[in-house]
Amino acid sequence: MSDYNFAYLDEPTKKMIRRAILKGLAVPGYQVPFASREMPMPYGWGTGGVQVTAACLTPEDTLKVIDQGSDDTTNAVSIRSFFAKVAGVATTTRTAEASVIQTRHRIPETPLRSDQVLVYQVPIPEPLRFLEPRETETRRMHALEEYGLMHVKLYEDIARHGAIATSYAYPALVNGRHVFDPSPIPRFDNPRLESPAIQLFGAGREQRIYALPPFTSVQSLDFDDHPFEASKADGACALCGATHTYLDEIVADDQGTRRFQCSDTDYCMERRA
Amino acid sequence: MNALAAGFANPPQESARAFRAAMQAMACPGTIQNITGPEVPGLSPAAALLLLTLTDGTTPVLLTGDAAQSQDWLTFHTGAPKAGSAAEAAFAVGRWDDLGPLNPYPVGTPDYPDRSATLIVEMAEISGDGPRLTGPGIETEVQMSLPDADALRLNAALYPLGVDLFLTCGSRLAALPRSTRIAEDG
Ligand SMILES: [Zn+2]
Repeated sequence: MSDYNFAYLDEPTKKMIRRAILKGLAVPGYQVPFASREMPMPYGWGTGGVQVTAACLTPEDTLKVIDQGSDDTTNAVSIRSFFAKVAGVATTTRTAEASVIQTRHRIPETPLRSDQVLVYQVPIPEPLRFLEPRETETRRMHALEEYGLMHVKLYEDIARHGAIATSYAYPALVNGRHVFDPSPIPRFDNPRLESPAIQLFGAGREQRIYALPPFTSVQSLDFDDHPFEASKADGACALCGATHTYLDEIVADDQGTRRFQCSDTDYCMERRA
Repeated sequence: MNALAAGFANPPQESARAFRAAMQAMACPGTIQNITGPEVPGLSPAAALLLLTLTDGTTPVLLTGDAAQSQDWLTFHTGAPKAGSAAEAAFAVGRWDDLGPLNPYPVGTPDYPDRSATLIVEMAEISGDGPRLTGPGIETEVQMSLPDADALRLNAALYPLGVDLFLTCGSRLAALPRSTRIAEDG
């Protein structure tokens, strides 16, 4: 324990990240640059989220880590045990018992509370990147609210597929001003981005932090004639019977039988308890 | 003597708790956090705690009025350089009248709205007796005492540019980010 500073990062680094978080909260959805540090894990494991969590944790926190809704993947288990070791915090798999939740690709089904913080691991923070590879240009586009091309792209989807095809990382307008990427959560989760909890987003490789204060307006981009729909697989969980949750389709046996089950494993177990 | 006034006994843990209070305040304008900070001449415990938690050698700090008494303490504990003017300040501390007009403080640039000053305003009191506030972090609306609603309304009109405020009073802490909309009445 004494080999590490509390929560691994040194104090100057945490100060820098903390200042970025505060500016991110003051301008919801705007991507604040920060100087990302090397973490003892690969980028694909969410080093941006890990750094944000490290800057937020207090000794009194209880941490939950989920990966695509599951507490039990290698990624989730590794990050959870990392913070148990370097911050000495309690850990849990129960959403209701957690004060800080780090997530990759889901929002927990259990409604979050105002005393909880949700930290997202973000691979690509820039929603305009696929339209414009140059950072200086996307920064300009945000500054000038030049979001027309984004709408054109979504409308092309409708023309081609009859509906907006984007099912993950569905872009939204935050506080009526900044278009943001909610990370690769399913668009089923988009309506729950308007939450009583503080939501923080960390992108390690791209060195960006952004934030949603509680109850911030988050409007998924859509059109009058094609309103946003929070879609999910049409089925029921084979374990708990839920039809209102986000479902993963899994291969259940050697015959290739497919079935659905809740992607949020804690929520599914709670329903069966 | 002032320089040797208390800092953090256990910096990582105490700064973590202080930051969470500051984050909660900034995320939820109109809410008041109670924090335990050090006794430093010229500063409220809340303002001293914010400075210990957020400033370092990269953040010029402008200490105005009584807060200027804490210059040696701040340099000793955080290494934050003294801002030569409001225009250079990453952080500024003092009573509203001592801080002066908002205009000279950095409000960020269109490409980088985060490059703006954070003002720590020492208040005689912080209460729910003030204008109605709406915006991010506020479920419906909330009321809070503000130092100068007219000046802060102009600041909010610069959004996404603008300065962000912490309000401090003894061990009490609140915040008013630029995103908060301030009603005209009351
Ligand atoms: Zn289920």
